[in-house]
Amino acid sequence: MKKELGILILLVVLCVIVSIFNPRFLTANNLQNTGRLVGAFGIFSLGLGLVIITGGIELSVGSLMALLGVLLSMMLTEWNWAAPLAVAGCVGLAMALSWGHGWLITKMKIQPFIVTLCGLLVYRGVARFITKDSTKGFGNAAGFESLRYLASGNLFGVPMPFVLLLVISAVMWVFLHRSVYGRYLFATGRNEEAARYSGINTKRIITLAYVLAGVLTAISGIIIAFYTNSVSPAAHGNFYELYGIAAAVLGGCSLRGGEGSVVGILIGTALLQVLRNLVNLLGIDTSLDFAVMGIVILFGVLADQYFSARRNRNQFVALQEAAASQAQ
Amino acid sequence: MLLTAENLTKSYGGVQALKGASLELRAGEVHALIGENGAGKSTLIKIITGAVTPDGGELRLNGELIAENSPPRAKALGIAAIYQQPALFATLTVAENIALGLEAQGLWRRVDWRARQRRAADLLAQVGARIDAQALAGELSMPQQQLVEIARAIGAEAKVLIMDEPTASLSAEDTEHLYDVINRLRARGVGIIYISHRLEELPIIADRVTVLRDGCTIETHPMAEVSRQDLIRLMVGRELSAVFPKREVARGEVLLELQALGCRASGVKNVNLQLRAGEIVGLAGLVGAGRTELARTIFGLTPADEGAILLRGKRITISSPAAAIAHGIAYVPEDRRRHGVVLDLPISENITLASLPHFTQLGALDFARERTTAAACVAQFAIKTPALFAPAATLSGGNQQKVALSRWLTAKPSVLILDEPTQGIDVGAKSEIHALMCDLAEQGMAILMISSELPEVLGMSDRVAVMQHGSLAGVLERAEATPQAVLLLALGNAAPAEPRDRQKNQGQKS
Repeated sequence: MKKELGILILLVVLCVIVSIFNPRFLTANNLQNTGRLVGAFGIFSLGLGLVIITGGIELSVGSLMALLGVLLSMMLTEWNWAAPLAVAGCVGLAMALSWGHGWLITKMKIQPFIVTLCGLLVYRGVARFITKDSTKGFGNAAGFESLRYLASGNLFGVPMPFVLLLVISAVMWVFLHRSVYGRYLFATGRNEEAARYSGINTKRIITLAYVLAGVLTAISGIIIAFYTNSVSPAAHGNFYELYGIAAAVLGGCSLRGGEGSVVGILIGTALLQVLRNLVNLLGIDTSLDFAVMGIVILFGVLADQYFSARRNRNQFVALQEAAASQAQ
Repeated sequence: MLLTAENLTKSYGGVQALKGASLELRAGEVHALIGENGAGKSTLIKIITGAVTPDGGELRLNGELIAENSPPRAKALGIAAIYQQPALFATLTVAENIALGLEAQGLWRRVDWRARQRRAADLLAQVGARIDAQALAGELSMPQQQLVEIARAIGAEAKVLIMDEPTASLSAEDTEHLYDVINRLRARGVGIIYISHRLEELPIIADRVTVLRDGCTIETHPMAEVSRQDLIRLMVGRELSAVFPKREVARGEVLLELQALGCRASGVKNVNLQLRAGEIVGLAGLVGAGRTELARTIFGLTPADEGAILLRGKRITISSPAAAIAHGIAYVPEDRRRHGVVLDLPISENITLASLPHFTQLGALDFARERTTAAACVAQFAIKTPALFAPAATLSGGNQQKVALSRWLTAKPSVLILDEPTQGIDVGAKSEIHALMCDLAEQGMAILMISSELPEVLGMSDRVAVMQHGSLAGVLERAEATPQAVLLLALGNAAPAEPRDRQKNQGQKS
């Protein structure tokens, strides 16, 4: 928890600053909308976090979302599939594709960056091809109100994506921080060979992380498709993988693997969405929003490095003192 | 005198690798340097080539003190080394490899490709090698690569040439050719330090021999005046100085049996061995004899593809470490920091890593039980740490090894394989681990201990299995396991049919 404290403080400070300069930040409407985005982006960011903990990377998130988005629209409006079947189709396809990533990475020994970069290119191309590059949407057709509710509805005033994020986070928290598999995931990320020598099937663990990331991307993808209500195959989801990576890194995941937490990724996601909101509310030119985000991430990571180095030093000193007193 | 090393000392951490090694090399002689594993040969060589700075002692070339030796400096002085594994750039051509470090440097210097080519061809001709200078180094066979390295050393006008086990992987024919090249170099006045475990080749090639033992130079003799027996006696030398807490334990049923076990990928061939409950079997052999490879095969890291593994008489298949653990086989690897412990994980998490499913309640990790078990291990093995949550990286080598042992004992194995269990750890921790091994044997565990330290093997083992070139050269009972007997088996003179077989296999490899 200590590790997440720094970025939590950063989040609170940012919120305070924005609400001082523009009280509209605290209106129900703005909070609801920001919460909706945090929910939608948080779900796939958690998946990316899992992959990053194994020491890998997943770059195909945005393209996969575009592919799933246009397919979802086609399933529902053109092929008239029932909503549950369409959801199962999307999740199933995402699982199969991301299992393929895991297989290429663990069995074919191709670097994760390359595998998922190819995914990024291929899925985008396929999405544009099957739609002939035309934008797909859901219009106002009836029959899938339940799905629309997941994206734009509220439960007791709380946006549904945010509720979903909380539920998924709870499950992920147990998985990552309280289960055998979670422990195996961290051990594999820290030192894959030592994990293998301990009898851990590291290939299966790594593949599992990619498959889970795929499932979470599919869930996020469905929500975001309904949130935007139209899916342009060439632009939908562009750069989303970078939001996820940024959230995970801000939240304390190390790109070297073996480090990270569910709470950290959640705070990281929230921080990014508040930043986008800030650009809007403070009247900063929106063309600058990526620049603002980049600068904040840079300083966030710098500060985190400084504080964790200090923490390690303190812990080391404490350990040495304890050892010395034990020796006496 | 070409090169003199006088009274060199060097310690790594708490381990004294060299305690006073001296060596005199004359111009135009082949000077053999022999000694057991860990006698300090590598350290001595590293000091001469400048890779390691000695703590004390002097190094002189032609009577002049070499101050502040470093690899570039040694090279400039004409000291070159050729190691067992040739170190060429596989994706560069032979000519480019030879040119590296020989040609003048400069950012904008133009390369004279023709001159480079001519020079490489000329140097290769000098070592009598028929190698195309434009071939890629990676496409050459091992002996050819070695010749390229020698050619490069000649090009650098090396006065001192160090050869570390150059014939270890050569066929008889290639060895003959190498001897020719060495004789030519000797005739040109180059001084050659020749390290070899093959004592039989020394009378053929060496002029004098120096024996190292426990970091000290024991004696130097003209090769003609010493016999093979003398050399073995000098290498082993000591009485068993350390006292081992070995206890006699009644041997029980056969727990693990290897029948003609082999693994083509790692070079393990036709190993037959039985491990009984309550027994400690030492696995001796030279570095590279295939001991670790055998352990990795039994543990499923490189699964066997020949022969059979029997557990309590039943044939089992071990295709992964997980399968080995499920059958009650544990392996504490040699490289502690890379394989034995996860350095960044806390001690407690390291200890439970191999038996984690046992530490759950309703599928969730039971932290309280994990802490209790870890605390019990820390107390039982006297692991010196202030906190269970301290990362394993904060511990000393001996304590890390105890954490690795704790991990495997927590998994409650019936067969325990220990790979160099006391390598590089201090004397106190060492005898604690030895005592622990005896306790475990008494409780009915079967232990296979790989060790390069002969006194440890002889002191701790009920039986000693000796490996050579990937297969078992012989098994000795405790009573017949003398240093000489083990060394004879390890150096491979016991089975007369062996050498021809060996050469055939290596011919295929190269």
